[in-house]
Amino acid sequence: MAAIETEDLSKDFLVGFWRPRPYRALDRLTLSVAEGEVFGFLGPNGAGKSTTLKLLMQLLYPTSGTAHILGRPAGDASVKQRIGFLPENPYFYDHLTAEELLSYFARLFGLRGADVARRVSSVLDDVGIASERRLRLRQYSKGMIQRVGLAQALLNEPDVVFLDEPMSGLDPLGRRHVRQIMLRLRDRGCTVFFSSHILSDAEALCSRVAILAQGRLVASGHLSEILAFELRGWELVVANLSDALRAAIAPRVRGITALARGRFTIELPPEESPDRFLHELGSRGAQVVSLNPLRETLEDYFVQSVGAVESRQTGL
Amino acid sequence: MALVAQAVFKESVRDRVPYSMVAFAVLIIAASYLISQLTAGQDMKILKDLGLAAIAAFGLLIAVFIGINLVSKEVERRSVFAVLAKPLSRPQFILGKYFGLVLTLVVNLSVMTLAFYAVLLYVDFTTDPLLKTAWPAPALDPRLVVAVILIVAELMLVTAIALFFSTFASPLLSALLTLGVWVAGHFNADLRNFETVLDVRPVALLARAVYYALPNLAPFNVRAEVVHGVAVPVSHTALTLAYAAVYISILLFGAIAVFRRRDFK
Ligand SMILES: Nc1ncnc2c1ncn2[C@@H]1O[C@H](COP(=O)(O)OP(=O)(O)OP(=O)(O)O)[C@@H](O)[C@H]1O
Ligand SMILES: [Mg+2]
Repeated sequence: MAAIETEDLSKDFLVGFWRPRPYRALDRLTLSVAEGEVFGFLGPNGAGKSTTLKLLMQLLYPTSGTAHILGRPAGDASVKQRIGFLPENPYFYDHLTAEELLSYFARLFGLRGADVARRVSSVLDDVGIASERRLRLRQYSKGMIQRVGLAQALLNEPDVVFLDEPMSGLDPLGRRHVRQIMLRLRDRGCTVFFSSHILSDAEALCSRVAILAQGRLVASGHLSEILAFELRGWELVVANLSDALRAAIAPRVRGITALARGRFTIELPPEESPDRFLHELGSRGAQVVSLNPLRETLEDYFVQSVGAVESRQTGL
Repeated sequence: MALVAQAVFKESVRDRVPYSMVAFAVLIIAASYLISQLTAGQDMKILKDLGLAAIAAFGLLIAVFIGINLVSKEVERRSVFAVLAKPLSRPQFILGKYFGLVLTLVVNLSVMTLAFYAVLLYVDFTTDPLLKTAWPAPALDPRLVVAVILIVAELMLVTAIALFFSTFASPLLSALLTLGVWVAGHFNADLRNFETVLDVRPVALLARAVYYALPNLAPFNVRAEVVHGVAVPVSHTALTLAYAAVYISILLFGAIAVFRRRDFK
């Protein structure tokens, strides 16, 4: 059974005050996410990621199509008991403390008595909110609110979590922390479905991704399988590169750019094996500073796909 | 549902707005004592009148301003997203919100009423027994409680109206609409006999239709009778309360029906 399954899921918003016309925010999305997967839902701003997540939470009703979670229709009470949801830019009640808010939510999940306090303090520990948990939420920073949002999505030890831009507003340490949390969830067998517009988030985490642009699915699968993300070469930074060595490797590389004295960036074609190359350089006195694969970035890809997807259809 | 109500209560207790309103009302009740001192003989009537008016007015402010915040602000600020993803149905959410606010109202009004009684008690103690004979009713008249109960019932109705509007309108618009309905509800009787003002048939019919659709709030106001020591028939109180119950049920039903179908953007 798939953890998340959508079929021809579409959503039109009515736009325009005087003559409302439907505007297609999501166009026939068909997607299936297996249990235990970490699935990245990628797309530029306005692609329809949040719309999809809201449809899955039944905060929006679809114009057409269906959505199932754990084999049951989205919005079903038994489904809600088993999922967690972090909304985009979450906001909670200003006047409650993090502890109170989470106790309230924990009780909505049916926890009672001492279980509530135990669970609440454990998720707050998980997301790294320490003594601030007794402060009112209005005194929290954006990143802290984001963590509280993550904590409330984990309260019920969910089988599937939906995270809408979980990294937004977090500092680098916080991002790494969230990544670890997501991997821990996966290790526990939880399905993680998260949206992002940052490719590196997905690269570090996902088994599979879907890419959405202008409301349409433009690609899905393993990141390495998606054609546009094929390796396009390697970028190598080396120090102490002698002139002789430089001349020797010149025909085999795509380009050499001087950075500073003795320090160069070398671009290798994808067919060149970096291992052999590194060995060769090392044995002749050069020092390798860094090696990076060159791929098309998600941003480049978006720019292209915007051209490819013809202008969004309005009207039905 | 009870959990939602609890959360509403907790959140509103933390909010300083109702505190300041209750404090202000208590202040006015206390001030009415001073005013009543200036007008010998009339003092008990003025005191009671002002006290009840303050309770009603500040109760209304609390009902409207917290009432509209309940749902429309939650939708506008999107705190509703996380809540509705929990195992909680939308009708449960609405009813929880409503009862949470009613709880807040009852607590606030009780505080105001206690303050009111304290002032009355003090006046009763310090007044010459001879002067008391001029009072139409004793200071601690139990009928005052009837007036307060009807005020509470009216405010529960107003809350239901605010809640209904806030399921689809913005906070500001719902506040205006609610206050509008409140004003219209108090001058409702004028609509019924609109043909005496403007004798155009369609207009009169429209006025009559509006009369039946709008809540009739005039019966909830028995302050004048109570202050003057005129008995309020039990049947009037009972009927008015029943009317409130029916009207509130219809409004909650409507609020749920609207809220259920809503998209949260
Ligand atoms: N309430 C609404 N009314 C009209 N159009 C809307 C509404 N909400 C979203 N849209 C449109 O739907 C499209 C998808 O929006 P959505 O919020 O799903 O994007 P997103 O992928 O989450 O973007 P971001 O990365 O900025 O969060 C956008 O083009 C947006 O303009
Ligand atoms: Mg979004």
